[in-house]
Amino acid sequence: MVPPIFMSSRSWLVPALLFVVVAFAPMYLAPYHLLLIGRFVSLGILAMGISLVWGQGGVLPLGQGVFFGLGGYALAMHLKLVALPDGELPDFMQWNGVEQLPLWWKPFTSAWLAVAATIVVPAIAALVLAWLVFRRRMTSVYIALITQALALAFATLLISRQGTTGGFNGLTNFDTLFGASLGDDRTRVWLHVVTIGVAALAYAFARALGATQAGRLVTAVRDGENRVRFLGYSPAPYKILVFVIAGVFAGLAGALHTLHSGVISPAMVGVVPSIEMVIWVAVGGRTSLFGALIGTVLVNVAKDSISSEWPNAWLYLMGAVFILVVVATPRGLAGAAQSWLARLNRPRRTTSPRSADTAEPTGKEATTP
Amino acid sequence: MSSLALALGQLFDGLSVASILMLAALGLSLSFGLMRVINMAHGELIMTGGYLAYVAHKLIPQAQVAFGLPLAFLGSALIGAALERFLIRRLYGRPLDTLLATWGVSLLLQQLARNLFDPTGVEVTSPDWLSGSISFDSGPLAGLALAHIRLFIIGLAVVVLCGMILLFAKTRAGLHIRAVNQHRGMASALGVNTRRVDLLVFALGSGIAGLAGGALALIAPVTPTVGQSYIVDAFLVVILGGMGTLRGTAIAAILIGLLSAIAETFTSISFAKVLLLLFVVAFLQFRPRGLVVTRSRALEET
Repeated sequence: MVPPIFMSSRSWLVPALLFVVVAFAPMYLAPYHLLLIGRFVSLGILAMGISLVWGQGGVLPLGQGVFFGLGGYALAMHLKLVALPDGELPDFMQWNGVEQLPLWWKPFTSAWLAVAATIVVPAIAALVLAWLVFRRRMTSVYIALITQALALAFATLLISRQGTTGGFNGLTNFDTLFGASLGDDRTRVWLHVVTIGVAALAYAFARALGATQAGRLVTAVRDGENRVRFLGYSPAPYKILVFVIAGVFAGLAGALHTLHSGVISPAMVGVVPSIEMVIWVAVGGRTSLFGALIGTVLVNVAKDSISSEWPNAWLYLMGAVFILVVVATPRGLAGAAQSWLARLNRPRRTTSPRSADTAEPTGKEATTP
Repeated sequence: MSSLALALGQLFDGLSVASILMLAALGLSLSFGLMRVINMAHGELIMTGGYLAYVAHKLIPQAQVAFGLPLAFLGSALIGAALERFLIRRLYGRPLDTLLATWGVSLLLQQLARNLFDPTGVEVTSPDWLSGSISFDSGPLAGLALAHIRLFIIGLAVVVLCGMILLFAKTRAGLHIRAVNQHRGMASALGVNTRRVDLLVFALGSGIAGLAGGALALIAPVTPTVGQSYIVDAFLVVILGGMGTLRGTAIAAILIGLLSAIAETFTSISFAKVLLLLFVVAFLQFRPRGLVVTRSRALEET
């Protein structure tokens, strides 16, 4: 089966059109909805990273919240510092009796350094983690559980170091970035356009990666790691590569999301949010990058509209979605769309023998006993 | 308090944490080893056990241990059996998918508990014979106090472990379980009903989780999220011990329990979590498949 990522250039058309349409949203959407779309598209960038690692690479990452948090906190620390009068410390530091700015906060007084850190810090963290887990051929199950433990440790650490991280409440009350006021309408429009732009770039990058030799090897490792090894490749570098890319995507998403929502807190980086991120991708279709983006936006729109009115119902629904998506539609919305398109394109009389093999969710998991 | 007494006290605390961890991890490890199933709802089976112990306490206050623990075991085992029969059986061979689906189950069970019981937690008062402690007032161990309740939990863990070892080594069902664990296809060809073995092991593991919950209810309030707080540590035990081995799970539980007790004395609880994770990741660099490895000639392993 040809992974959807390598399909013909025609499949670029719909995503490209949608990106353009959404980029012009400030002209036709109310500010509140604009904000929501901005937030959800930022999360979608992270989801595309999960799609790369999980859908293309066959490794389920359950700790993407960590990289999201690293990117988010890196920018939030800068936003917190510039919002202060000269020489003053952030409010939570004063409450906790911290008298001097900790050393690791110092670089974040510079906006450029902070923006660079939103990419570099998650990248380094992802690189170290990926090197440790992929080097010794740990199974994907182990990796899933270790990344989950990492999410737990990271969130606990953030909460407990209240004096230097803002603790449970996280960082909020931001003011300006690069001198532009964040509440300003013009800034909002810019922020929206930048977010869509970054998402489009990330999408294009991830798709282009799929067409390279490295990208093909990633998928090959998913479908038959030992066969790839017998062919003379070491799978580890390719797995590390996608893991780092996913980490960077998550970091960018964290930074953009922080700008849109005006807050970053441990509630967005722990075990529960990290696994929820995976379900966005599962709903959209794990092997489809654009599906991951759409799935993220849809699930979050649903969450936003349902959870505020019936919080109980939302949790039941979320549980049911986890079960149903896995049992009934392992290929998600993108898979459903593809088989629908395939049925439209197919001449009536001939039943294609290929329809059977496209039903498999991921080759490796379906064939190994 | 002498430093010896202090050290022994820490050792004792570590052992009691290890006991709970082992009870929580046994079922995970068995179903993981046998079926390659990652049961994220395992924590909620612990929670179910806790709530059942609470219900037992409400019904018959004087026999809460004699009645509560068996009820917790049976109730959780039943839920586990239903879970295996109706959900997990459809997902064999897709371990990462079982993880997501059972996470959904765990959300449902948690929310159900929130709606059925007080969301802030319910309390079970432990009976008189469990509320005291053995304390040393003089001699080299002056100041050391061993709470009865923790001794009881350690005892429970030892009994369960011995029971499992006997089951595995001496009974026909145990023979079948070991056979399926070694080579599912061959066991099936020789007439072992592998589906029934799966169901049995899953229900048994769930029941043990229920026992852990029932025991936990005696020390701390039962909340809808009590399972969540143990599940990640229990998975670390499974990873460290190696899939599907009783011995590995038991050793790993003791290691992790003691290490976290030591780390918590010298640093904070949150930092101890980080250290524990680092330890497990570092250990896996040397033994990527855990402490005790089930040998297999299969090339592809999930």
